[in-house]
Amino acid sequence: MKESTAKYYELLHEIQQVDFALVELNLYLNTHPMDQQAIMQFNELVQRSQMLKKNFESMYGTMRNFGESFSPTPWSWSNTPWPWQV
Amino acid sequence: MWYYEKKLQYPVRVSKCDVQMAKFLTEQYGGADGELAAALRYLNQRYTVPDKIIGVLNDIGTEELAHLEMIATMVYKLTKDATPDDLKKAGLGAHYANHDKALYFENAGGVPFTATYFTAKGDPIADLYEDIAAEEKARSTYQWLINMTDDTDLIDSLTFLREREIIHSQRFLECVEILKEERDRKKIF
Amino acid sequence: MNTFRKTYKPFIGPFDPCPPMKVKSYETPPQLYMGFQPYNLPQFPNLQTALKHGTLWPALFAPYENPYRKGGA
Ligand SMILES: [Fe+2]
Repeated sequence: MKESTAKYYELLHEIQQVDFALVELNLYLNTHPMDQQAIMQFNELVQRSQMLKKNFESMYGTMRNFGESFSPTPWSWSNTPWPWQV
Repeated sequence: MWYYEKKLQYPVRVSKCDVQMAKFLTEQYGGADGELAAALRYLNQRYTVPDKIIGVLNDIGTEELAHLEMIATMVYKLTKDATPDDLKKAGLGAHYANHDKALYFENAGGVPFTATYFTAKGDPIADLYEDIAAEEKARSTYQWLINMTDDTDLIDSLTFLREREIIHSQRFLECVEILKEERDRKKIF
Repeated sequence: MNTFRKTYKPFIGPFDPCPPMKVKSYETPPQLYMGFQPYNLPQFPNLQTALKHGTLWPALFAPYENPYRKGGA
């Protein structure tokens, strides 16, 4: 793992926070499909999540597989660390 | 299909080298009320429930897979540096004899995982009541696990997982409300 | 506000082999009381706090502490 480890955990944690809110709102909206305010919050967080991941990937390599992220050269998806290793 | 993302849903930190805890945590890996059973139960039920609640089953089933990965992470971290002797002392000698340090879908008592841990009745109310019960049982298991450790970091992750069972239970309870609703034809979906 | 834990005093027999547990407890988390979640429930002040609690909504958060620890029920 290059760059400072502390930075890695900090950026990862920020993504975990935003994505957690997205999971929570997603489950909520499944049973509250007409809640406009929650939908707005959801959409704002989608944008934030995408930005955070793009930034994270530029520093630590591909985070999402199967075409959800662009790849740098060389291919970085299969590099360590995997989530259970950090 | 699913996409994978290189992150855990919630950070897993294990700070105490308590190998025996790995044995107990296995209950939530391959036990009757564990995360594998939960994921498979909901992802299987989603094919035959009314359209309005498919999304709930699909998404909670998916979140359970992320929880399974968190439990696996705890077990992996606790066993990866253990010697056969450490494992023996932790009550994992029989596990080692069969699997070395490979994770195995079994409960804390070493009973292998089985599809008989959950049903698929095809009656939406019966299935949802099973799901609600499953969430409450998983919540209980997390409580019993928390009661057996003093590793505050591990407790932190287990407390997160316990709270998620509460939210899942809430959503399944709402599904029952949605299905019993008489006036729903007026709503536009 | 509903309490998260209920306690009861179990019957203690005269010939019980072990020292009695005089009080036992069980958990009663908030989803037992909420019904269909209302719109616009207040959320935790920021996402870091929400993640830490495992939910966006304080009304659905249930703290848990080992009841066998001193200070517990
Ligand atoms: Fe769950």
